[in-house]
This record gives sequence, structure tokens and C-alpha cells, in this order.
Amino acid sequence: MDLKVNEAPPSTLERAAVDAVLGAPTSGWSGGDRGPLDGHVAFAGSRRAGRRRNLLLPVLRAVQDRAGWVSPQALGYICTCLDIPPAEAYGVASAYALISLEQRPSIVVHVCDDIACRAMTGDPGPELERRIGPEGSGGTVEWRRSPCLGSCEHGSAAFVQVAGATGWHATVAPCSPGDVAAMVAAGTSLDPELFAPTAALIPQARNDRTALRLLRRAGTGELESLDSYRAAGGYQALRRALELGPIGVIAELNEAKLLGRGGAAFPTGAKWEALARNPLRPHYFVANADESEPGTFKDRVLLETDPFGLVEALTIAGLTTGAEQGFVYVRGEYQLAAQRLLHAAEQARTRGLLGDDVMSSGLRFDLEVRKGAGAYIAGEETALFNSIEGRRPEPRNKPPYPVDRGLFGKPTGVNNVETLYCVLEVLTTGSQAFATTGTPASSGTRLFCLSGRVAEPGLYEVPLGTSLRALLKSAGGVRDGRPLRAVLLGGAAGSFVGPGELDLELSFEGVRTAGTTLGSGVVMVLDDTVDTLEVLTRIARFFRDESCGQCVPCRIGTQRQEELLSRLGRPTSSRALVEERALLADLGSVMRDASICGLGQTASSAVESALAKGLIAQDKEES
Amino acid sequence: MTSVAPAKLKHRVELTLDGKTVAAAEGATILDVCREQGIDVPTLCYLETLTPVNVCRVCVVELAGSRTLVPSCSRRVEEGMSVDTQSDRVRTSRRLVLELLASSVDLSLAGGSLSRWMEEYGAHPERFGPAADPTTGDERDRAHAGHHEIGNGLVANTVAQPAKRDNPQYVRDYSRCILCYKCVEACGEDAQNTFAIAVAGRGFDARISTEFNVGLPESACVYCGNCIGVCPTGALMFSSEFDLRSHGEWDEARQHVTRTVCPYCGVGCNLELHVQDNRIVKVTSPLDHDVTSGHLCVKGRFGFEFAQARKEPEQERPRAAR
Repeated sequence: MDLKVNEAPPSTLERAAVDAVLGAPTSGWSGGDRGPLDGHVAFAGSRRAGRRRNLLLPVLRAVQDRAGWVSPQALGYICTCLDIPPAEAYGVASAYALISLEQRPSIVVHVCDDIACRAMTGDPGPELERRIGPEGSGGTVEWRRSPCLGSCEHGSAAFVQVAGATGWHATVAPCSPGDVAAMVAAGTSLDPELFAPTAALIPQARNDRTALRLLRRAGTGELESLDSYRAAGGYQALRRALELGPIGVIAELNEAKLLGRGGAAFPTGAKWEALARNPLRPHYFVANADESEPGTFKDRVLLETDPFGLVEALTIAGLTTGAEQGFVYVRGEYQLAAQRLLHAAEQARTRGLLGDDVMSSGLRFDLEVRKGAGAYIAGEETALFNSIEGRRPEPRNKPPYPVDRGLFGKPTGVNNVETLYCVLEVLTTGSQAFATTGTPASSGTRLFCLSGRVAEPGLYEVPLGTSLRALLKSAGGVRDGRPLRAVLLGGAAGSFVGPGELDLELSFEGVRTAGTTLGSGVVMVLDDTVDTLEVLTRIARFFRDESCGQCVPCRIGTQRQEELLSRLGRPTSSRALVEERALLADLGSVMRDASICGLGQTASSAVESALAKGLIAQDKEES
Repeated sequence: MTSVAPAKLKHRVELTLDGKTVAAAEGATILDVCREQGIDVPTLCYLETLTPVNVCRVCVVELAGSRTLVPSCSRRVEEGMSVDTQSDRVRTSRRLVLELLASSVDLSLAGGSLSRWMEEYGAHPERFGPAADPTTGDERDRAHAGHHEIGNGLVANTVAQPAKRDNPQYVRDYSRCILCYKCVEACGEDAQNTFAIAVAGRGFDARISTEFNVGLPESACVYCGNCIGVCPTGALMFSSEFDLRSHGEWDEARQHVTRTVCPYCGVGCNLELHVQDNRIVKVTSPLDHDVTSGHLCVKGRFGFEFAQARKEPEQERPRAAR
């Protein structure tokens, strides 16, 4: 492609960051020095163009990590190396919150101010403003508000992004405003050693582990060791899968009646079968670990505490569906999870459990870990494909569905992380055992992320069909015995359940009947001290910030929804509530019916359910 | 006009459209069939010569068995489909799309069809409140993903911003941009393959931008003006038209269109010269012209000054004395 790029040379640091991912350029056509041959031979023909485009996000991240921002000359160098028009690369970079296109301090502390942490410890914003200054200030270290960081069980969290030749990231949870102020005071002498990860909270694992299925290994063995994983029963599922063969595995999944845990509850066996039968090649299989739904932390816990499990499960998925290449798309902020996963994959590779001859079966499968860069929308499966491909993380119109045309336009399977761990369970305990757990229509167990004003927050595993009341009871009920106001089920894209509905059966059919959703397994408890309107306003801001902006209903609808909620919080607004209700109903209707993807389709769900259940401040209701 | 050449089609499928059984060519879109049947479906981001991006969502229809409405511009017909183009859900969504756009974008140059649809669907964009003050600098171009200023909700935020004028040929007034992606497609794969512009940012801050918002002269732009040719709202406009409009002198009643062939090379592109007061004020090419599909190059689009320069000899520059 005939590119016009910023030709100012990148700094040494920037060049090193790019070359570390792409390798040093081999000719003048791809960013290197112009040699005598380059004048005669064009290596930039159509066959080469775009072939490495999928490395765009990894390269942008690498530059961000070392230089602290992506400068015009760094972008120009990236575009020359990858043969991408700079306007497109800029469009991609500007869609991610963790990539900065303006110079900023080398240390940025992203402080979670989202609904779960807020419900537990309040909005950290005012105190941070008092101690440090407004968002974006802090000298050599700046603080910024962040959407949910997936550490909700700890009640407060911050993601520290440190740029430099040895740049690093870490999630700190819990993390009080005082801790953030200390980081700002430490400045560039901030020591990564101080950021030892806090163990995930799995309250059930403290006592009787026998009820645990998906979490059976969580936090038990030596995380670094494949041997301890195997000693704990690891790789039995893959062995069984190889015995059964693809048809047998799919039959097991169908008999187990496994439904996807990502939110849509699609039958996993049917998905795998459709992919396996698709004659087009190659096939790809993707594990969606871009967990970003506010209040959700289950995938993070699984990956941090049992990383080999995902490697094994994705291998089974690949071998069953004829995919030789797998991808794990891990949320950009999940540094520890990605690190442990990479380590597990490396171990598996050296032991012949990934690669050209998986477990001496003669079959080939390998996986690659890709990191996001701060975009909730990239968790939508088709936006995820675009993100991997180096395009803007915008959802695609469906049909065509991923099993027909997915990643790189090829047939692709995508499963949520929890679903893949369920596959291990089906294969190790057998489809019968799996199908008889839970309810007839919702088999197996489900992970629930308990957060907010609950006595024992953490990740819980219960059979599907357990009542909400029983689940809350196992977590010790509402903190300090206060009265329950509502439970937010399914996250920001979910809906509220009132205190009178605690007998709700937590199964796919149970929640469908009740007009709510299990979503990503969020159970966020709100007591009488929580300001519901503030929660709703934060949810509205979340969708306004995370909409990709592609379609009109979501791009402008989420903006109008945020404005509407700001008005509700202001007594000066002269509008009658009935008028606001009508406006919200219309916004909800167009977003639900006409948005391209699930983000827009559910963006008004929580707000509408709160209004329907009378959770908006009473004074507003009466006026 | 259909986007699928009839010669390629082998089969016909039957579907129900607004209760009536109709036959359609396999591979046609629902929109194609609606137009064949004389059903008016509003469209904004759709253009016959571009790949459908289905982002404006104003063309949605109700498809039996589908949880959500579907975009008729890109959904292909299938045997046995049952489509309703005028259900309450369809009408509500179309009205809201129009209201949302009109509440945030200046649509005053978007043409007669749009005002007709606004009326037909009963759109009242003022429901969202009075418009917020426009931005005065490059705030929108610098918005960082995931962060924004939260207003008080009493005014409706808009995309109003200063027009960008960085070259003699054309003006980019993104206050009028509905983000239909047409200019990006015309600049990129659907016509010019220049890729000088792309969508940047996200959410309500999404915008059309060059890399780092550099001016067009520093960008890859080759001034083919194909983006102007496809822009449905007047966000992209010839400087000549922009100037006449800002002086209140633009008057289509005083204009005539002369169709001619571009004199520059042998391709044979048809030009439509829009002439007001005996001066060329704009150049277009017919969408259905089989050579251009509406697209031109910089010479055909902007290289017309020679045609009118000789009429004003008094403006001829004096020759430099040597």
C-alpha cells in the first residue's frame, strides 16, 4: 500500500518497543534502512499487505508500556512496519482506554469507582480529589477514574500502569484512597515489589471443598507446576476427549446439556458441532476472557487460580472442532491472569501438550494469548475478532455468525472461560453426573460473583437452580444485618431483583420466567444505605463510556440516558417524572430493538428495572 | 436500483412482506425487495455504490422470529421470511433514531427526504432538551476513550464544533456529521483506497479523523472529493459551496447542471457541473454512471478553474518582467 506516514524518526525507546514485538525490519519497505535492493523490488505487494495487521494492538500496547503514550512518530513507524494507513491505526488506538495518544505522566493509577466497589466502600473520587487533586492530576503520577477492574470481592481496586524501559502493570486490591495518595507521593520511585497480588476470595474453599466443581482446584496446588495440575486430575479430560474423538465429545456435551455461561446460554455442543462440520478451513477457537461486566470477577479467579485448566479446555475445544490455532483474549487489566496463563501454556508446550503432536495424538493445536487494552465492547464476540485482527473493536452485524465467518473471516468457535471449565467437568465426571446436577433445563453448577453490601463477598459455586435466598445466606446475608434494598443480578447489563423476590431460582429458565438474567453471574447486594440513583448514574456513565459509537441507538442513546439520570438527581429539573419515564421507555426501546450488539441492547436494562421496581429516590417519585 | 446484478441470480425466494407474499431474487436484501415493491424505507448510511455498514439503524424492519429488529439494507432475504416494515416497534425505533440524530447533529442540509421522514414518524428531537453550547476548540478531537465530562442533564449534548478548513478545495463541518461511515468507505476500500480518514474515538465521542487530527494537507488525502460525493448531510462540502452558503448566496433555483465528459484523460468519467451565475460551484458524477459510480479523481472534481479563468481577463496576473 502506498502509505503517507509521519516520517519523523521514532525515539530509541519507541523503536525498541516496536521491534521487540515485530522483529527488526528487514527492508526499507517495512521501516528499516533503505538498501540498494529496495529501489528495485517492492515487498509491499497485496500479498503482504495487512498480513501482520493482527499485531497492531500488541505493538500499540508495547509502545504504550515503554513510552507512556503513542506519539505521532511512533505511530508512523508502526504503520510503516505493518503496512497500515495511519488514520486507521489511529482509529484503532483511540478506541482503547489504556492507550494514550497524548503525552501524560509515566505512571497512571486507574482507580475503580464502579458500582460494586462503590457499594462496598463508597465513591473514592471526592477523597482522591481532596488528597491529590482533580482526576488527571498528580505530577509524575496521575490518578484516573476507572470502570470495574474485576476485583469486586475486595471492595476497592486500582490498576497501576507504569511506563518505562521496564514498564509494568499491577492490580492493587483492596486499594484505599490513602493507598493511591501514597503511590502518588512515591512518584517514580514506586516499587513493583510492593504490589504482591492479593489472593482471590473463595469463601467456600476455606471449609468443605467437596461441593466445588469448577473451583475444585482453585488455589490448591502449586500454580507454576504442571505436575501438581496433573496430580490434581489435570489432563484427564483431554485424555478422555482423545479416546472419545470429536463425535464422542460433542455427544457428551449434548447429553450434559451444557449451556454457555457467557450470557446467551447457547448450547455448547451445538456450537461445537456446527463448527466441526463446517468444511471451510482453517478453523479458529477463541476463549473469551475479556471479562469486563461490572461486578464480574469469576474468569479472573479461574485464570489466576487454575490457569492450566483453560489451556487444557481450549485444547479440547480445538481438537474437537478442527481448529489448530486457539486464542485467549484476556482483559488488558488482568495482568496476573495473563501472566499465569502464558506460563501455563509455555509449560504445556514444553511437555507436548500443545504443539504439533498434542499428547502424542498426532493432532496439532496451539494457542496464543492476546491482551485487550481497556474496552468493554471487545468482549462482544465479533468485536473481539476485530480487536484481534487489528481493527477497531466494533461488533459486526450478525448473520453471518462466527461458526460461518468469524476470526479472519474463517469459521470460529468462541466460548466464555467458565463454559470451557464446564467442558472439563463434563469430560471428567461424565455427562450423566453433569446433567443431574442443577435443574433439568439448566445443568451443572454456576459461578456467582457476590459483591456489594454482603457479609462475605467472593466467588461462590452452587448448582444451577439454587435460590437467590440460599445463595445470599451462604454468603452470610446482608452485611451488618441491614435491610436489603435490592440485588443487581447479571451486572450493569442485568436487572434488579427486589427483597420480595429472593425465592428466585437461579437457573436459565428461572430467571427468564422472572424477566431477569443471570448474565455473567453478578450478584451485587445493595442495602438501605446505598443510593440507588447514584448506582444507576454510574451504570449510565459506564455505557456512555464503553459504547463503541458505531450505531446511532447506542452512541446517542447512552448519552441521552446519562443526561436523563443526571436530571433525575437534580431537584432543579422541572421535568415531571412521568415525562422522564416515557423518554426512558423510548430510549430503552430503540436501544434494545435496533442496536447492533448486546451492549446497546442491554444498556437500559438495569435503569428500566430500577424504575419499574420503584428503586428511584422516593422524593422524586412523589414530586 | 438493486445492488445485486440480476444476471448473477439463479433462484427466486418467496417471503411475506407486510402481509403480502412476494417473490424476490436470492441474494437480494430486504431493502431491495421493499424498493421493488414500492415500500418507502428510510435510509441514511446506505448507498447503492458502497458496502452496507448498517450503522444508522433507520432502515430496521421486524423479522418474525428475530429477537431484535434487523437492518433491511444488509439482511438478505430467505425463503419463508415474514417481514413487517410498519409495525409499532419499527416505527418507534425509526422515530427514535431520527430524534437522536436530530438532537445532536445539524441536519439542516440533509435533504428533503429526511424532513419528510421526520414528519412521517412524528420525530420531536427537542424532547431531549435544549442543545448544549457548541465546543469551540478541538475538545471533541482530543477526547480520550472511556472518559468524558458529565453534564447536568439539563441540556442535550451535541456534536457542534467549529468547521475544519485546512485546504482550498473543501470544508469539513463535523457539526453536520451523522457518522454514517460513507466517507470512510469512499476514501478506503469502496472507491479511492487512500485511507486518509477513519473513525476514531468511541461512543458519543466517536468521530471521523485523520491520524492525530492532522490537517488534510499533512494527511494521505488526495483531494478526489469522493467523500464529498457520498456525504448525505453536507458535512463535507466544496469550499465554493460553503462560501456561497455562508454569504447567503447559495441558490439552487439559480443553478443549472451541465453533464459533460471529463477532459483530462481517456477514462471517460461523466461530470455534472453545477453552475450558478455562470460559475462552476460544484462538480459531481452520476451514481449510476457505469464508469464512475459517482466517484472522480482530483482533476475531474476540482480541476475546473481553467474553464472559468479566461472569462475574467481583468484578473489575469501581469507577467513578471524579466
